Amino acid sequence: MLTVFLLLPLVGALTVLTLPRDNEGNARWVALFYSVLTFIMSVAIFIRFDPDNPGYQFVDRFEWIQGGDTGFTVQYALGVDGLSAPLVLLTGLLSLAAVLVSWNIDLRPKQYFAWLLVLETAVAGVFLSLDLIQFFFFWELELLPMYMLISIWGSGRPRYSAMKFLLFTMGGSAFMLVGFLVLGLTAGTFDIAVLATEAGRPLDAVIPLSVVFWLVMAAFLVKLPVIPVHTWLPDADSDAPTAVAVMLGGVLLKMGGYGILRIALPIMPDQARDFGVILAIIAAASVIWGAILTLQQRDLKRLVAYSSVSHMGYVLLGVSALGAVGLSGAALQMFTHGTITGLLFIVVGLIYDRTHTRQIADMSGLLHRMPILGVVMIIAGLASLGLPALSGFVAEFTVFAGTIQAHPAATIIGVFGVVLAAGYILWAVQRVFTGPPDERWTGLTDAREWWEYAAMASMLIFIVGVGVYPRLLTDVIESGVEPIALLWQAAV
Amino acid sequence: MNWFDQIHHIGPAFALLLGAGVVMGADLVRPGRAPVLTLTLISLLVGFAWAIWQVLAGTSGPAISGAVVVDEFALFFTFLLIGVTAAVVIVTAEGLSRAEPRPEFFALLLTAAGSMVLLAQAQDLIAIFVFLETTSVSQFVLAGVARDDRSSEAGLKYLLAGAVAAAVLLYGFAFLFGLSGTTSLDGIATFVSSNAGGTELALVFGFVLVAAGLGFKMSIAPFQAWVPDVYEGAPTTVTSFLSVASKAAGFAVALRIFYVGLGGADTFIAEHWAALFAVLAGASMTFGNAAAILQTNVKRLLAYSSIAQAGNVAVGLAAVAASGAAGPSAVLFFLATYAATNLGAFFCVIVVSERIGSERLADYAGLIRRSPAVAVVLLLCLLSLTGIPPTAGFLAKLYVFNSAVQTGVDWMVILVAVAVLNSAVSAFYYLRWARTMVLDDPVDETPFRPSAPVQGLLGLAAIAVLYFGLWPSQLLQAAQRAAENLL
Repeated sequence: MLTVFLLLPLVGALTVLTLPRDNEGNARWVALFYSVLTFIMSVAIFIRFDPDNPGYQFVDRFEWIQGGDTGFTVQYALGVDGLSAPLVLLTGLLSLAAVLVSWNIDLRPKQYFAWLLVLETAVAGVFLSLDLIQFFFFWELELLPMYMLISIWGSGRPRYSAMKFLLFTMGGSAFMLVGFLVLGLTAGTFDIAVLATEAGRPLDAVIPLSVVFWLVMAAFLVKLPVIPVHTWLPDADSDAPTAVAVMLGGVLLKMGGYGILRIALPIMPDQARDFGVILAIIAAASVIWGAILTLQQRDLKRLVAYSSVSHMGYVLLGVSALGAVGLSGAALQMFTHGTITGLLFIVVGLIYDRTHTRQIADMSGLLHRMPILGVVMIIAGLASLGLPALSGFVAEFTVFAGTIQAHPAATIIGVFGVVLAAGYILWAVQRVFTGPPDERWTGLTDAREWWEYAAMASMLIFIVGVGVYPRLLTDVIESGVEPIALLWQAAV
Repeated sequence: MNWFDQIHHIGPAFALLLGAGVVMGADLVRPGRAPVLTLTLISLLVGFAWAIWQVLAGTSGPAISGAVVVDEFALFFTFLLIGVTAAVVIVTAEGLSRAEPRPEFFALLLTAAGSMVLLAQAQDLIAIFVFLETTSVSQFVLAGVARDDRSSEAGLKYLLAGAVAAAVLLYGFAFLFGLSGTTSLDGIATFVSSNAGGTELALVFGFVLVAAGLGFKMSIAPFQAWVPDVYEGAPTTVTSFLSVASKAAGFAVALRIFYVGLGGADTFIAEHWAALFAVLAGASMTFGNAAAILQTNVKRLLAYSSIAQAGNVAVGLAAVAASGAAGPSAVLFFLATYAATNLGAFFCVIVVSERIGSERLADYAGLIRRSPAVAVVLLLCLLSLTGIPPTAGFLAKLYVFNSAVQTGVDWMVILVAVAVLNSAVSAFYYLRWARTMVLDDPVDETPFRPSAPVQGLLGLAAIAVLYFGLWPSQLLQAAQRAAENLL
């Protein structure tokens, strides 16, 4: 089942490429067909996932490189647990939204949708992989479509931003690969589940595990991203086409958080405990400094991008406490931030399609011209700043509840980040939507295409749904987080 | 052992060398391209068939007074070298690059290939030196074969550097012989394992010189100075041969001398030369990659990249303390996959420069729209050189790094870290090339496609890169059997 889910977008990409050249417009329908199918499958995986059953479900595996030959095994292994199931759902959801908001792409649409679908396969592969080598493969595979999508279909300085994105990620993943090789070759297996057990965990690698921990974390922290390695994100996000910004801000950043939860913590729990304080400091710095940077932004899309830096800081903050509640909060925050940021980028993109500017100073009183977009933006903004009954509140509250005892100072700083979030969100909304209507924007229309409604609605459902009834997600997430949290309880 | 048995033991090389003579003779009798090419291919085919015969007949053991030996290790290289030579012959015969397909070209190629096969079989310092020189001299002439300024310069530079290397190597051999009183590798091994007192320094001095002399063949830093100029100046078909076959033969000799002669993990000097190769490996990778980033000419880029790749191979050479055959088998696997990958890349360069008359990186702009097939093969090869799964290059690096980690020596693990970070650096220039081909707009849109035989070779290279990347176990097991021979 998971193999089908993984390969479906790839098949879609190939189908798109084989379309006749004279009718490239059909590419979007094919892409839509495959992304709807994938989304349905991701929902099915999420629903059929059994939270009472710990461990990986729907596992597909075979040995790719047998241990007899060389002393280590590499597998093709897919599976979901409580950590990955929500992210699989998120990938399906945002990929669908990404196809929808790309409806008007008319530059080489075949290639565009093919890359978008390849991206979906790559990201899903990261979330499904149960083997370090395979994880690394998908981690790198994701770069190719991202690079193409940003540099060909981007705006502003697309080539610069795409290259910066590529260099930062590859730089981080080079360190990660060193770490993976040391872990895997020392233990003789790259199986994540085996490496995460008491018996399979390498206790004493040839280079100290504390070094390996940071090698692996390097890639994840760059991807998350945290201060001070965040500078690629605003550039990449703001120069990317809307759909790619949605995928980048909504899903790709979660690869970093997921890597920490899936690989760094379970395989090296002792090192994580030793460095928990450092992680908390980095997290608090990201939250607060990210928020301060966000306040200074004049470009609406960059503002959303910087707010991601701040919000992903909460993920790391939740992780740093190394307890069940904090980890749940982190996992929940990844999902909710995915939907919220996805929606913000969608709305910003739709506004840009109309105004052709993203400068906040140029916009004023847009609520009169586009009430629907305005209201959606306000809801997404309120969710982003953590208004109760919307999903952002649940996630951030859980993070704070989980970390207040372990790292009180960092948590208080983190809470202050929420205040700043309220500041930059409300201020942006006020500048863009309220105020006197500007003459220049009189002819603009509101959202009216079906695909615009569909993209926004799909996000809103999850934002409100999780906000009102968080157990939709929390049962699943807790089943994934518990075994990790037990690692440190047993040690105490 | 009767005379035929002696010849049977060196059968494949015998067929190639005999073929070289016949090719020259045939040209006197009937000048023209067709018979020369046919004869060359026939002699390669005979050599190949003979090697298969050796496998089927279970031929093994020393011959010619112990100067050469037939074993799995030698056979592995025999197949590899004959395959590489055949590919180079076919591409040359297509009249590509500046090398005219003259009879002496094929004769020299066969001589070089035959001596390399013998080199992989050689068990004796004298034999090694003689075969090495035969190989080198043929290649000096091959590098200068185009008879223009650049090619002549390349040939001369190669000759001068090669002469120095040969002298250094011979000096090292003199030390080994002087200490042990024998030129046979087994005899030297016996001497080394007897651990006679007070010889350590002299042995170290000897093998440092040998490593320097062979370092020239393997093109590892700091003996790489000749590589960029010769690779750029020589006709590209010759360059592809140098970068793959010559390097493989160099590593084959190095493995023999150091693993057999200087005796594996157990001897007291093993850790010294392992450390030496570790340092050379690190230097090669770092220097090669740093210099490759700056290149604008694709042949020079590939030249520096081949220095960096040689560094990767040397990591496996240094992994002597690993248990079992992990180190040498990783080296063999790497060399075989690297042969397919690098030949593929060079053949693409040949096709493109034939067509657009340029070796500038910038002129590869938009290649994917002009010649999708060539561009896709080149992309695959570049991915494999970078070491990105699921290509063969990734597994080759993984095996080499595995052998280094298995040693459990901490500086070997640091070397792996250096190697992986170097791979990331190399991604920069390999992928920049890929980006130029895919993203940039071509200056000239005219499509082109290579001739059918070249297409076939390119397809073969692409298949090999993917096949060994996805299903490595057959090649790996062959490499392991070959490597176990050494231990």
